Amino acid sequence: MNTATVTERRRQKGRFARRYFRYLPLYLMMVPGMIYLLVNNYIPMTGIIIAFKQVNFRIGILKSPFIGLKNFEFLFRGDAWLITRNTIGYNLVFIIITPIIAISIAILLNELTKKGLKQFYQTVILVPYLISIVVVSYLVYALLSTENGFLNNTILPLFGIKEKIGWYSSPQYWPFILVLTQVWKGFGYSTIIYFATVVGIDQSYYEAASIDGATRWEKVKHVTLPCLKSTVITLTLLSIGRMFYSDFGLFYQVPMNSGPLLDVTNTIDTYVYRGLMQNNNIGMSSAAGVFQSVVGFILVLTANAIVNKVSREDALF
Amino acid sequence: MVENNKIFQIITNVIMIFLCSFCVFPFLILFSSSITSEMTLVREGYSVLPRDIDWSAYKFLLTGSDSIIRGYIITIAVSVIGTSMNLILTTLFAYPLSRRDLPHRNVFAFIVFFTMLFNGGIVPSYIMWSRYLHISNTYLALILPNLLMSAFYIIMMRTYFQSNIPDAVIEAGRIDGASEIVVLLKVVLPMSKPIIATIALLVGLHYWNDWTNGLYYINQDKYYSIQVLLNRMLQDVQYLMSSAASGNSSELAKDIPSVSLKMAVAVMGAIPVLCIYPFFQKYFVQGIVVGAVKG
Repeated sequence: MNTATVTERRRQKGRFARRYFRYLPLYLMMVPGMIYLLVNNYIPMTGIIIAFKQVNFRIGILKSPFIGLKNFEFLFRGDAWLITRNTIGYNLVFIIITPIIAISIAILLNELTKKGLKQFYQTVILVPYLISIVVVSYLVYALLSTENGFLNNTILPLFGIKEKIGWYSSPQYWPFILVLTQVWKGFGYSTIIYFATVVGIDQSYYEAASIDGATRWEKVKHVTLPCLKSTVITLTLLSIGRMFYSDFGLFYQVPMNSGPLLDVTNTIDTYVYRGLMQNNNIGMSSAAGVFQSVVGFILVLTANAIVNKVSREDALF
Repeated sequence: MVENNKIFQIITNVIMIFLCSFCVFPFLILFSSSITSEMTLVREGYSVLPRDIDWSAYKFLLTGSDSIIRGYIITIAVSVIGTSMNLILTTLFAYPLSRRDLPHRNVFAFIVFFTMLFNGGIVPSYIMWSRYLHISNTYLALILPNLLMSAFYIIMMRTYFQSNIPDAVIEAGRIDGASEIVVLLKVVLPMSKPIIATIALLVGLHYWNDWTNGLYYINQDKYYSIQVLLNRMLQDVQYLMSSAASGNSSELAKDIPSVSLKMAVAVMGAIPVLCIYPFFQKYFVQGIVVGAVKG
């Protein structure tokens, strides 16, 4: 009895080892990637403690004294409200505007009968998406430069405005400029995604609608839009999860880091960068970073939980 | 009814053409300005069509300064090496994850997925890469941080493997006595060319367009990639001139077409992508669609 259990256990152990041995090559394949994830992603996560410390590189991060929530206190007494307002405000506008534009264009594209033209339009509207944001800021500069810009030299004189506007020092225009730039750069990308969904809709729905005498608009309203629901939810969910993040290039590079514009261009990402690289204020900068990571994480979980309730199959996890 | 449809088609085409010009028109200004003479630009500003043709900005870029050429070489090398390494890492990670029989594969999948939900932010990353791993002012700084592997592409590739490569095919390879790595190389990869092409293009695009790694980790001119150079020039028009005129008299600096030069450099930064893109449009579109829906 006793020996039997021992041999049985030994056999099980052998099977266990063999089982893992069989998969050893597969595990080994994952080692380089795991190392990279560890270094690039997981070690920096532990760096969150920096936000609770008075960092002194001479004695090292580990030995630097803890100062509790001091960094956060300074942050929230200072610019926290402004950068949060800007980050969320712009993102809200993007979340609302982008799908409206993208879905309209996707539906129009789908209604076109000439295949070649359809293909051509698709190709062209994706071009801005492929260009680096640095080049985009040159494009914006060509339009807005006070001395040589296209607007000041060509467009404004058409309307009889002779004096030159200093775009890079007039904050009142920038919410509009930034939204326009983002739409210009991003609408092609969203359009392509919605268009793929529209193309994938079962043709028999449309045929049935036609038999019922539905007009073009009625088909869009009762067939196309309901079929897009799922994609809209997924994409919006993703953007809501990213609401505490902003495109650093758009808010730093496109306004050319111009001081007078800071009130309307400073977002959490640009604030973190300036604190870290320019003002040498690691405490506040890391506090803002942690604020972003934690709230961002909560947002993703919340958004996903809501979708889980409303329509299960569209949830991310 | 037919008449009605014709009108609708015309209106739709007009709208689409308008949108396309909206996309293209800033590039026209950029390009026209880069080939307009300095005098005209100063007098009349940047414009959609060139008022006169003058290639001196490009002549200067190609002969007066070696920064652009070097920037190009660095960008090309970094993009090629980075993309290859990324593909190797991604494939090696995605294949085991796609194997339904792998014990604990959900744990590994979660480790990958979690990096998409949460991150430590740029401050700890920056301190780690620059103070502890000392990659500042090396070519590694342009390759390693953030771009080398992304959870997004791992999940994309895993999904492709799972839905396009039947378990039976892998099983057959194993029964024939092929090792896992041979199965991956000889059976799985040849069946996965579309997804590899798609990911390669997207990753290559990221490397080509990346300027933030350069912004954080590089401040010596000799490591500037083309985007970092562009970024630097936007903030400091004098930069390229001072680097070109160093050693020479300031006479030379005076003749440099600074207004058109800016635009010429931007054209140089954008043109490779614009030239390559139309030929691979299918893969880009596929990558975006698959990534958004399944990633």
